[in-house]
Amino acid sequence: MNTTLAFNSFQEKLDKDFNIEPKDVMPDDYRKHLIRQISQHAHSEVIGMQPEGNWISRAPSLRAKQILLAKIQDEGGHGLYLYSACETLGISRDELIEQLHEGKAKYSNIFNYPSLSWADIGAIGWLVDGAAIVNQVSLQRTSFGPYARAMVRICKEESFHQRQGYEIMATMMSGTKVQREMAQDAMNRWWWPSLMMFGPHDSDSPHSGKAFEWKIKLKSNDELRQKFIDKTVQQAEVIGLTIPDDQLKWNEDKQGYDHGEINWDEFKRVINGNGPCNKQRLDHHKKYHADGAWVREAAAAYAETNSKF
Amino acid sequence: MTNQEALYIYLLRLGDNALLNGHRLAEWCSRGPFLEEDLAMTNIALDNIGRAQAFLKYAAAIHGKGKTEDDLAYKRSEREFYNHLITELPIGDFAYTVAKQLIISCFDVLVFTDLSNSKDETIAGIAAKALKESRYHFVHARDWSYRLGKGTEESHRRYQHAIQDLWMYTGELFEMNEVENILLQEGISNNLQEVKSNWINLIMPILQESSIRIPTVDYMQTGSCKGIHTENLGHILSEMQYLQRAYPDAKW
Repeated sequence: MNTTLAFNSFQEKLDKDFNIEPKDVMPDDYRKHLIRQISQHAHSEVIGMQPEGNWISRAPSLRAKQILLAKIQDEGGHGLYLYSACETLGISRDELIEQLHEGKAKYSNIFNYPSLSWADIGAIGWLVDGAAIVNQVSLQRTSFGPYARAMVRICKEESFHQRQGYEIMATMMSGTKVQREMAQDAMNRWWWPSLMMFGPHDSDSPHSGKAFEWKIKLKSNDELRQKFIDKTVQQAEVIGLTIPDDQLKWNEDKQGYDHGEINWDEFKRVINGNGPCNKQRLDHHKKYHADGAWVREAAAAYAETNSKF
Repeated sequence: MTNQEALYIYLLRLGDNALLNGHRLAEWCSRGPFLEEDLAMTNIALDNIGRAQAFLKYAAAIHGKGKTEDDLAYKRSEREFYNHLITELPIGDFAYTVAKQLIISCFDVLVFTDLSNSKDETIAGIAAKALKESRYHFVHARDWSYRLGKGTEESHRRYQHAIQDLWMYTGELFEMNEVENILLQEGISNNLQEVKSNWINLIMPILQESSIRIPTVDYMQTGSCKGIHTENLGHILSEMQYLQRAYPDAKW
C-alpha cells in the first residue's frame, strides 16, 4: 500500500496515526528533533559499550563472559540500526560522530558513571537496561517509521539484557556476604542515576512540548519513571536488595510508589560535563576513532582500486 | 603417558588456544576502527570463548574428580596452560590483529577439517561446529589481508611489519610431541606436519596477493607444549582469574 499518496499533509498523516516515513514531507523542526533524539540514542548505545566492556576480561565464568560479550554486541548492533535510522533523515554517520566529538550531540548521562565491580554489570543490565526498556517500549509507537521499527527489535533484545542483569544480582544476593555487599553497593550507586535517565520532571522538561504534538514522545518523563519504579521495587524485594530511598513508600491512591527527591543538581552537573567519567568516555571514543582512521582509509583506497563494478 | 593423559592435555591445548585467542580479541570491544568491525572482532571472540568452553568441559570430564570447565579456565596457573604463544600476544594495532587472525584461522580451518573426522565423537562434534565458524574467521582475515596489504602505504607498512613480527610464532603450531603422536595413532588427532604443508599452500598465495613479502626468520619460538609461555600469559591470567581467585568460596 502506498501510504504516501493517501495523505495530503504531514499533519493529516500524523492525525490519522500513520508513521511518517523518510521520503515524506516533514517540518524542519520535526527532522531536527528526530536527528537530535535518535543520534543521542545511538551514541548512548555505543558509549554504553565502555562501562560494560570494562568487565569482559574479568568476567567470572566462561558463561558469564559469553553472555556479556553477546550483550555488548547487541548494544553495538542497536547503535548501528539507530545510526541507519538517523541517516534516513539526511545526515551521515560521520557527521553524527563529529557532533558527538564536538559535544554538540549528547549520550545518556548514565554512562558517565563508572562500573566498579562485577555487581555493576548486574545493575547496569537490570536497572539501566530496565529503565531504557520502559522508555523504548513507548517509543515503539513513535511517529517516525524507521525509529519505531528499530525500537521493536531493540526492545526484544533489551528484555533479555534486563533478565541477565537481574540474574547476576540474584546470584550474588544468594551468594557469600561479600557478594551481597557488592550487589547492594551497586544498587546504591546505580539507583538514583537510573531514575535520572528519564530526564527532568515534566514541569521542567525543555524538549517535551513539540515532541508530544508530533507524537514522537507518547508518555511523559514522570509517567515513565513511575512505571520503572513500580516494577523495579518488587524485583528488588524478591532478592533482598534495599532501594536506597528512605522516603519510598506505596501510595494506595495512585496505586504506585512515592519516591524521595532526585538530586537535580547532580543531574545538571553530570550532564554539563562534570561527572566521574564524562571526559574518559568521550576521550576513549575519540582516541579509538582516530586510531582507526588509517584502517578506514585503507579500506576505502582498496575498494576504489579493486571495485569490480 | 597414558592415552587418557594425552587426551586430557590435547583437549586443554584446543581449549586454551580458543580461550586465549577469544580473550585477546575481546579487547577490541569499543576500540574497533569502526562499529561494524568492532562487532566482527567481538563476534569472533565469542565463537572462540564458546569453543573453549566446549573443549574444556570435555577436558574436565576426562579429568574427573568433579572439575568443571570453569575450574580449568580460572584455576590453573601459567605453567598448566598449553595454548600456542601466538594466541596470547597482545592485540597490537589492527594490522597486527589481522595478521594474527590470518595465521590462526588458516591453521584452525585445516585442523578442524581433520578433527571433524576424529574417532573421538565429542571432538569430532565440537570440531565440526568450530570448522563452520573458522571458515568465516578465515574469510574475514583474508579480506582484510588484501585491504591492508594493497590499501595505502601506511596500511601496507603496518601489515608487513606485523607479519614479520609474528612469523617466528608460526613454527610451534606444527610441532608433534608425545601427546600428538599417541593420539594420532588412535585416530583421534591429526598429523601436524601434513597440516604444515597445507597451511603454507593456503596462506602463501594470500600474502602474495596482499603484496606482502614472506618473512624469513632464523629462529622459531617454542615452548607452549611444555607450558612455557611468553610474559604475557601471567598478566592475562591475573586479570581473567581475578574474581575466582579473590573470592574462592563465591559462585557466580
